[in-house]
Amino acid sequence: MSETRWDVAPGDRPAVPASEQTASSGLLVYTIGLLLAVILTITSFWVANTSMIWAPGVTAGLAVLAIAQMGVHLVFFLHITTGPDSTNNVLALAFGVLIAFLVLAGSLVIMANLNTNMMPHPELMNLQMQR
Amino acid sequence: MNIAVDMDAVDQGELLSASEMGPAPKRIVAGYGFWIFLLSDIVMFSALFASYAVLAKATAGGPTSAQLFDQRNAAIETAFLLLSSYSCGLMSLAANSRQYIGVFLGALATFLLGAAFLGLELREFHGMIALGAVPQRSAFLSAFFTLVGCHGLHVALGLGWLVLMMLQLSTRGFHPVVTRRLFCFSLFWHALDIVWVLIFTIVYLMGVLP
Repeated sequence: MSETRWDVAPGDRPAVPASEQTASSGLLVYTIGLLLAVILTITSFWVANTSMIWAPGVTAGLAVLAIAQMGVHLVFFLHITTGPDSTNNVLALAFGVLIAFLVLAGSLVIMANLNTNMMPHPELMNLQMQR
Repeated sequence: MNIAVDMDAVDQGELLSASEMGPAPKRIVAGYGFWIFLLSDIVMFSALFASYAVLAKATAGGPTSAQLFDQRNAAIETAFLLLSSYSCGLMSLAANSRQYIGVFLGALATFLLGAAFLGLELREFHGMIALGAVPQRSAFLSAFFTLVGCHGLHVALGLGWLVLMMLQLSTRGFHPVVTRRLFCFSLFWHALDIVWVLIFTIVYLMGVLP
């Protein structure tokens, strides 16, 4: 009976017991992650400050870069993979992302809606002023 | 009859599911529990992000984000935190192979880089407060100080936790309890870096777009 029947702990690399993870391959994983994160960070700062990109598209570009960098951190630093021994960790992450998305998107939609619909119209203000 | 034959043909080891193997090793259970805690922490940060996104333009005539934020400072902070996340990863590698020197060096680098990040952030806060951009000034500033300050508080707590872990490691050695806590610390530190990615994107980059 092999130990791989259990899901791995979130920070452990899959399919390899923690005691047998060799330092060199682990070092490679962290270094690749660092390089990717540095590239994505520099690109983010460049995108925010350049005039080469169509201005309304900058926000979307920054959002995509941030999501990509969070993915890099999850895979290379936290070792959250889609392997069969990581199902529990991924499911917990998916639930957390769902709740975070609901909180963020719900707040933004509701507050934008309130802002447009509950702003007193100038005519209405005038009606109240008249008597 | 046929069923019995089929049962014999199947390797018994294949039939045992995880639930029949007894509880998982404590490292997995503790790591998974801490992972759930980290996700709940991220849900809390998502509420702070939502309030910041809603209030970012509510400056009440006070200083705006474009006037206050220095992208150079944010870039240096990002570099410090990213490098400290990397050195924390190297520290957990050294902990897995039970090397005292590697763990202490990794912890030292992580602590110094984290402390440098915190110092830069506190200097930024100090400069903003000196300009009159205090949390009471506007809803935007309240949301900003709550969000970024909460992340900074997490970093400060992490630094204290790291010092405690080094003390425990030097007194108790690589006891299973100590390595488990060290493992949870590295999860915590990487998660803080993920939150910072969102902060520098939403607050410091998107906030100052023309």
